[in-house]
Amino acid sequence: MSHALRTASGGRINRSRTVRFTFDGRELSGFEGDTLASALLANGVHLVGRSFKYHRPRGVLSAGPEEPNALVQIRRDAARVTPNLRATEVELYEGLAAQSQNRWPSLQLDVGAVNSLLSPFIPAGFYYKTFMWPRRAWQWLYEPRIRAAAGLGRAPAQPDPDSYCNRFAHCDVLVVGAGPAGLAAAHAAAESGARVILCEEQPQLGGSLLSEQEPGEALGEGEWLARTIQGLMTHPRVTVLTRTTAFGYFPHNLLGLEQRLTEHLAQPDPRQPRERQWQVRARQVVLATGAIERPLVFPGNDRPGIMLAGAARSYLNRYGVLAGRRAVLVTASDEAYRSALDLHRAGATVAAIIDVRPQASGELAEAARRAGLPVHTATTVIGTSGRLRVKSIRIQKLDAQGRPEAAAERIVCDLVLMSGGHTPSVHLFSQSRGTLHWNEALQAFLPGQSPEKARCAGACRGIFSADAARRDGQSAGALAARDAGLAVGTVISAPRLLETDGAAAPGQLPQPAGRPAAKAFVDWQNDVTSRDLSLAAREGFRSIEHVKRYTTTGMATDQGKTSNLNALGIVARQMGKAIPEVGLTTFRMPYTPVTFGSFAGYSRGELFDPVRTTPIHDWAVRKAAVFEDVGLWKRARYFPRNGESMHAAVTRECRAVRSGCGLFDASTLGKIEVVGKDAVTFMNRLYTNGWTSLAVGRCRYGILLRDDGFIYDDGIVARIAEDRFHVTTTTGGAARVLAMMEDYLQTEWRDLGVWLTSTTEQWAVIAVQGPSARHVLEGLVQDADLSAAALPHMSVAPGRICGVPMRLFRVSFTGELGFEINVPADFGSAVWEAVYEAGQPHGIAPYGTEAMHVLRAEKGYIIVGQDTDGTVTPDDAGLAWAIGTRKPDFLGKRALERPAMRSPDRKQLVGLLSAEPHVVLEEGAQILPDARATPPTRPIGHVTSSYYSATLGRSIALALVRAGRKRMGQTLYVPAANGNLPVQVVSPVFYDPKGSRQNA
Amino acid sequence: MLLINCPYCGERPELEFVHGGQAHIARPGNPAECSDQQWAEYLYRRDNIKGVHAERWRHVHGCGRFFNALRDTTSDQFLATYKVGEQPPAQPRKATA
Ligand SMILES: [Zn+2]
Repeated sequence: MSHALRTASGGRINRSRTVRFTFDGRELSGFEGDTLASALLANGVHLVGRSFKYHRPRGVLSAGPEEPNALVQIRRDAARVTPNLRATEVELYEGLAAQSQNRWPSLQLDVGAVNSLLSPFIPAGFYYKTFMWPRRAWQWLYEPRIRAAAGLGRAPAQPDPDSYCNRFAHCDVLVVGAGPAGLAAAHAAAESGARVILCEEQPQLGGSLLSEQEPGEALGEGEWLARTIQGLMTHPRVTVLTRTTAFGYFPHNLLGLEQRLTEHLAQPDPRQPRERQWQVRARQVVLATGAIERPLVFPGNDRPGIMLAGAARSYLNRYGVLAGRRAVLVTASDEAYRSALDLHRAGATVAAIIDVRPQASGELAEAARRAGLPVHTATTVIGTSGRLRVKSIRIQKLDAQGRPEAAAERIVCDLVLMSGGHTPSVHLFSQSRGTLHWNEALQAFLPGQSPEKARCAGACRGIFSADAARRDGQSAGALAARDAGLAVGTVISAPRLLETDGAAAPGQLPQPAGRPAAKAFVDWQNDVTSRDLSLAAREGFRSIEHVKRYTTTGMATDQGKTSNLNALGIVARQMGKAIPEVGLTTFRMPYTPVTFGSFAGYSRGELFDPVRTTPIHDWAVRKAAVFEDVGLWKRARYFPRNGESMHAAVTRECRAVRSGCGLFDASTLGKIEVVGKDAVTFMNRLYTNGWTSLAVGRCRYGILLRDDGFIYDDGIVARIAEDRFHVTTTTGGAARVLAMMEDYLQTEWRDLGVWLTSTTEQWAVIAVQGPSARHVLEGLVQDADLSAAALPHMSVAPGRICGVPMRLFRVSFTGELGFEINVPADFGSAVWEAVYEAGQPHGIAPYGTEAMHVLRAEKGYIIVGQDTDGTVTPDDAGLAWAIGTRKPDFLGKRALERPAMRSPDRKQLVGLLSAEPHVVLEEGAQILPDARATPPTRPIGHVTSSYYSATLGRSIALALVRAGRKRMGQTLYVPAANGNLPVQVVSPVFYDPKGSRQNA
Repeated sequence: MLLINCPYCGERPELEFVHGGQAHIARPGNPAECSDQQWAEYLYRRDNIKGVHAERWRHVHGCGRFFNALRDTTSDQFLATYKVGEQPPAQPRKATA
């Protein structure tokens, strides 16, 4: 056991439970209750990582979520590798395997550290300035090198085998943070009758009190912490969530919480979810998120062994670990003296206390002097030494003008503690769009007003002492309960802000003039120095948001928790402005990184997106159909037989329809039942066509425009009764057409008596198409006459098929004699199979969407969304005949009268035949008027649909071409890989232009 | 995610709604009498307000009804929701927190 730096007693660790772990393969041990960071420090390990840009050796800086240096990768197995975890938050478990990051070949000897020698050549904005030329070098030199050099840690090579879950919750009061303020707030709110959720990122409740030797003492009374925790854990109205980070504050008091369920376990049950993401909607929110200690910026402030003063105190009091044996404290506030005093009491040597303030006369400073600790006031730090661990610190006393007052002094040490005061954690408050205001005495931004129902309590609003924070929390909790509508008794008044405990002005510690100082780091994780920031300001960056992006300060995974304010101070000084004039960069979620797994939750694999299938789907699966996704629908694309290629299958399926009979599942078509006394008026206003004259039992091809005159949807509309229309829409348009109908009905034409019902999933639609279609159906249909006289093209009749009630449409999207059988969805599969059986003597073949596309293109029928793109009018598409010109109004009518909509130069739908009949043009290909045209040139149109037509023995295409109808017979050109391909402009109807087949 | 008070159903999460653009833009009663300019204004011109904005919502995954809302675009706080056909309520000076 080599816990060389473990104290003999004390702390909140369980000394009877030894936990073994490895760091970079080295076997070490700690105690139950340790974090990885505390266990490493107990073993004397300070060097834990290499910095991002210069690969400088780095140690543990903090003891919490703000940690910028000690990022490690934890590996459980090949699929469970998590990079960039903060060692200060990783709970130790038996067998934990941690690795340092961003070093090669090893942490002690890192080749990338050569960047540190090159650092004069890697200033701020280096990436923007250097990798500019030659452009081609990006591909083979710069980008691969930068990618190899960048990035912290490695992603696992296998898919994540763990499960993640989501939960929605509501409460009266959500309290974020379980330090003295948060605990008191939760308690007061619950006692007032509120349903409370208390969330805390640490495994234990207590917050800063956990780092006190005697938490009760800190509060001025004993046992408060234990009593309060006990009360909350057993309270029926309180839900306590530990290991749970509130990572985001969203509008209307919705907070995102990430609860880590198994990360701390040595052998997690693989059936247990790894994380749970909560979305909590709270009537009232109390933010008790505490404060983060601010580092000091001085030359050489990044060596392992240099850490925040409060962190060293946490390691000592909470984990029983001495972070070093010979410490120097550098401070600008009284509070940090506690760290020196505690280390002194625990047996460490405090070699010096460097106080940058002119005087240090507070109670704690006096206590330090009484304890014999040497206090140097009006003194600054001008450098440090030590490669893999700090060895000494150089200090310099300054006079009132900032000039050296005595010779510089070197103090040997193995630990440097620093404290520039505390920065209230206003991240969540700011995410709620709360305003912040600058407090000069505390040198910090404090929360002001939030538009949300939120209030802050304790250190996050500048109330730093534990006792005051507790009273502040108690007041905030009761007020939150009151504002949530609960009857509350007397509310204690909140403590006043004490502005006595000074803090260093953010920025760099004063340095004697003319001295070329070593690097003074501001952002440890992104390796941004004070010099980088000054340079950015000198180069003319004025907005702090621009400085941030240029220097990358605050842009690492820690989001600048320890660095933003110091960066702001340096930039403000360089610009000669006050900090609040320069302003603050925006706080964004997440507070600490959140896994993708927790966002995905259950939405993985089969649950990623809903899948819609038709009643005939299973039959198609049995027939080995190849499916395609159309929106959420699975549609059979083609039915290959005996290993046919798609081309062979589609050719065969098209032939079957043209020569015998094909069977097509059209169930995905959108269907809307439009019913009511004003149904025909409604249809007249909505669709371009005239509907008054449509007789019951007849169908019409309808076009729906937006009010801007462009085609929105199309489909067959049948009049079932005087007051009832059966409207079909495109598969993809069903929902938006219904929404548009509802919109007009509910908001514009509220006087119309019309009801709309989606019947898409209530009808199975079986299209039977081809010259033999009538013969196939004859034996199956009852109560309906299939003859051309009784049921001509574009008509509909009720009836029964196989005993099932149906609506039988005589319609065709193929150009052949065709029927579309609509039966209740539950009978779809049985009727389909009956038709398939009845069609066997006629060589019936099921066909998929691919053959359907070819067949309709041969007839020049458009598909909305493929041959139109939201800028196509009915006339452009050759559908002017479908416009009821005598109607006074319909959606889009007025827009169609604009001059631009009537221009003869608009793009119009035409057919194209390529000069080489076996070449199928590419859909989307541009069309040029000139064979010799080379880029740059202006195309006059594009190909919208293109197929090989087996029926015609050649390729065909539909296209939108400027003034296309005037160009019939002309030769145009389509750019292809081997030159511009000549194409002839023809009618878009390639097959049976007179329509005699469908009227058969 | 906003919390939206449907006038028919009460408070529901934003997931259940779709936004319907600016409210109180009536389709001209007789489009044929509109000039091209007036028609273009009706079709395309919308306010982009910093402050209280009247907008349409539809409770599409609930009752299916359209309604109107007053929302402060600077704070995302709703001042009121009200049914189609109703006048917007008199605006309080400031969104309530
Ligand atoms: Zn509703």
